[in-house]
Amino acid sequence: MPHSIAIKDQNREVRIYGARVVLAILIVLALLSIILMRYFSLQITDYEVYKVQSERNRVQLQSLPPKRGLILDRNGILLADNRPSYVLSIVRERVNDLEATLTEIQALLPLSESDLDNFHKKLKWSRAYETVPLRFRLTEEERARLAVNRYRMPGVVVDARLLRHYNHGELFSHSLGYVGRINERESYGLDEEDYRGTFHVGKVGVEKYYEDILHGDAGYQNVETDAHGRVLRVLERHNPTPGANLTLHLDIAVQKAAFDALDGRRGAVVAIDPLSGGVLALVSAPSFDTNLFVNGISSVDYSALRDSLDVPLFNRAVQGQYPPGSTIKPMMAMAGLQSGLVTPETTVPDPGWFRLAGDSHRYRDWILSIRGTGHAPEVDMHMALRESCDVYFYDLAQKLTIDRMYDYLHPFGFGELTGLDTTSERRGVLPSTRWKREARAQPWYPGETVSAGIGQGYMLSTPLQLAVATSVIATRGVRHPPRFVQSINDEPVVVPALEPIVTEASYWDALYNGMRSVVHESKGTAMALAQGIQYEMAGKTGTAQVISIAQDAVYKEDEVDERHRHHGLFIAFAPLQAPTIVVAIIVENGGGSSAAYPIARKVIDAWLLGDAD
Amino acid sequence: MGDYVRQLPQGSSDMAQAPSLAMRFHIDVPLLLLLMALTGYGLFVLYSASGAQMSAVIRQGRFFLIAYVLMIAVAQVSLQRLARWAPWLYAIGIAALVAVAFVGVGAKGAQRWLEIAGFRFQPAEIMKLTVPLTLAWYLADRILPPRLKYLLGSLALLGLPAFLILRQPDLGTALLIAASGLSVLFMAGIGWRYIFGAVIVAVSSAWPAWHFVLKDYQKQRILTMFNPDSDKLGAGWNIIQSKTAIGSGGWGGKGWLQGTQSHLDFLPESHTDFIIAVLAEEFGLRGVLILLALYLLILLRCFWIGVQAQTSFGRMIAGSLTLTFFVYIFVNMGMVAGLLPVVGVPLPLVSAGGTSLVTLMAGFGILMAASTERRMVAV
Repeated sequence: MPHSIAIKDQNREVRIYGARVVLAILIVLALLSIILMRYFSLQITDYEVYKVQSERNRVQLQSLPPKRGLILDRNGILLADNRPSYVLSIVRERVNDLEATLTEIQALLPLSESDLDNFHKKLKWSRAYETVPLRFRLTEEERARLAVNRYRMPGVVVDARLLRHYNHGELFSHSLGYVGRINERESYGLDEEDYRGTFHVGKVGVEKYYEDILHGDAGYQNVETDAHGRVLRVLERHNPTPGANLTLHLDIAVQKAAFDALDGRRGAVVAIDPLSGGVLALVSAPSFDTNLFVNGISSVDYSALRDSLDVPLFNRAVQGQYPPGSTIKPMMAMAGLQSGLVTPETTVPDPGWFRLAGDSHRYRDWILSIRGTGHAPEVDMHMALRESCDVYFYDLAQKLTIDRMYDYLHPFGFGELTGLDTTSERRGVLPSTRWKREARAQPWYPGETVSAGIGQGYMLSTPLQLAVATSVIATRGVRHPPRFVQSINDEPVVVPALEPIVTEASYWDALYNGMRSVVHESKGTAMALAQGIQYEMAGKTGTAQVISIAQDAVYKEDEVDERHRHHGLFIAFAPLQAPTIVVAIIVENGGGSSAAYPIARKVIDAWLLGDAD
Repeated sequence: MGDYVRQLPQGSSDMAQAPSLAMRFHIDVPLLLLLMALTGYGLFVLYSASGAQMSAVIRQGRFFLIAYVLMIAVAQVSLQRLARWAPWLYAIGIAALVAVAFVGVGAKGAQRWLEIAGFRFQPAEIMKLTVPLTLAWYLADRILPPRLKYLLGSLALLGLPAFLILRQPDLGTALLIAASGLSVLFMAGIGWRYIFGAVIVAVSSAWPAWHFVLKDYQKQRILTMFNPDSDKLGAGWNIIQSKTAIGSGGWGGKGWLQGTQSHLDFLPESHTDFIIAVLAEEFGLRGVLILLALYLLILLRCFWIGVQAQTSFGRMIAGSLTLTFFVYIFVNMGMVAGLLPVVGVPLPLVSAGGTSLVTLMAGFGILMAASTERRMVAV
């Protein structure tokens, strides 16, 4: 380039510079306007959106779980209450690396497989920013260790919760039932808002039946939290409504007497107050500690319970269906009286066996193998009840026919749910021609009527049903559905009585006398009970065959495998003048009713005499 | 030109009749007052942003003190001397950047610092001033607008440090340094064909840059800007929270110390890069307008200083420093409001921190040197 041109032209430079400055200012203004428009749009146009967003950041709606209602026995003794327990929970959204955090926690305190399992399951269907429980019942030491390390574990929360506690877990397992952690299936059926902060729900028994009442209504609070989820202050609080307290008819002394009297044998005891239908005791043995279920039972404990031959989880009192055996005889007697086929004075010849016309099969009386003969040449109702004469009831059943038997026994509650306020009750079987046609698609054979007359064959009843049927006798026909709950928050629960059995008073007298003689007369099948008794009791023994015995074969108790022995049954009510308690007892494989009736004495003693010991 | 121009002969000018204290110490009073207003406003916001901790304010106040002293000290250095120093500073700066690449220390995968006798500094920071100074020096004696040869020379001078910084990697600083250099060229009056050419090249190089130059985390930042909700708890968190802070401030703001986003820790970096969000949340759009007004007045004053400058060097360096200052404002406010990707650029003179403050105030020192020079040569 020629050098001559290389002279700086100051004026031109200043002119160009001035133009560039003007341009630069225009660009600056333009870009600042863009910035300003952006801030205007955020702060003015979309103000509401961001205001809400920032409030949502700041304010968190926390659910306040209600306190679960207490469960008390009839004397106000606590059976189920709530105890503070420290729970370790995790807020997924605040945890950076979940697996790493879990590993860190595991270094501080033990986490069982079921803890992790439950946690992961619950995590899957938890809502955003919800605390998901990981470990319940932290010890002091575990809490301290967590507190020291919490700063490096964001999203890990330890807070105090009230957890269900059963003061007599094993004693009331089959009457109260228990609560357990809410599982996925259950969560769909629960009110989302009410259960937002609740970890547990009634699983069986009274706890489940009264879940709505026991749970209460959740409250909520608006809390100000920082970005780390720490609660800074409570802005607004609506307290939860605690669940209602339930006072049961159960009497802990009677329950304990029944439980102790069964003494670990497989069986069930149901005691009812005939005047109200209130259940005074309901025991199924063997039992288990319901507290195990509250925090998620370990798989080892659970399989031990599930796989036990004694099926402790099975509620024999309401689910166990047994042939009622001879305990059906008082009801059968009433059927005979009501039908007009017999009077209390009617007698039946008893050679020790019964045979249907045109059939060679002999239906044996239980006494035949002992005495080689019948109870007496002629047996009336009183004797038939006292000595549990089979032939009398074979004959009566045959005359009644199965369908009329059904009609007369049905009002006693057989073959129907009793309507007890609990779960998983079963209805048993009160056979009829229709039942057999529908259930078995088979015709009814006359021989089956004969067996049914002494509570064998198809007939099945739960101990609860037997107790209810017995209470109908005790009340002379008044039918109260059985109930656990006496009052809710001290408000008595009134359950309307069912349509009564209306019949001649003398018929009831005949039943009363017959059943009284079982205990109080010298040939009564439960006469051993009368020893030293301070009140009058009516009862009826029963034996239910577990395996059928061949024609003319003799059942010898000590030669039979323990689990093939007969079930022993007994029903009773007392005091005779004005019954206030009815019991039904079954002892599985007890050999006979003698295994069952001593239990009745102990239970009734506990109720009528108080602490006899 | 020599130093004599600065030594005002007595009575040779009307303006020199009573050389004021400000004149004697090369201080531009309007600019100084505006800067003090801005830094004072900033301290208020900082007190809140730091969680009402006086210690943070005192710390920042100490930085301000140092920075103001430095500004006045720099103002005493004549532009001629600065121009002479520029190439040496440049050489030292390049050497330091090369050293960083080999013996530098860093964090989070970036190597940006040099440690000498326990004292850490970022060579890239020095380059923010050195690059425009060097370019202005390089072009000052040429005919302006510069011819292609010098233009290419300038680009080489600019490209070397930008490249070194980009490799650290520090995309934000590299772009800022490039901007400071390019603004020198712009103020030097380069022809429109070059400007449009550059724009075309920039746009067409976006695709290869995306695939071959940008690192994954840089791409992520850009993607996050367009769709912060895609990663609500990760990279998008900052932007969502800062937008929420700004938006929820509304017109009047939530009140000083009342910002929930910042005080409850939702807003990240609330006292450094994201401090504008605290200001916007607590003082509302009103507060943002006041800040923008202060910035605009400072910018206009600085442009005026440039217009009044008597030498090519003075004009170019004044114009460039002013534009660079604006780029900081624009990038920071744009990034916090979700307009631009997140790059580590503080809000000038408001964000807590000493490094950028020192650089900026040294720049204002140069501007003040330029502002007082003009009157002295107006013979």
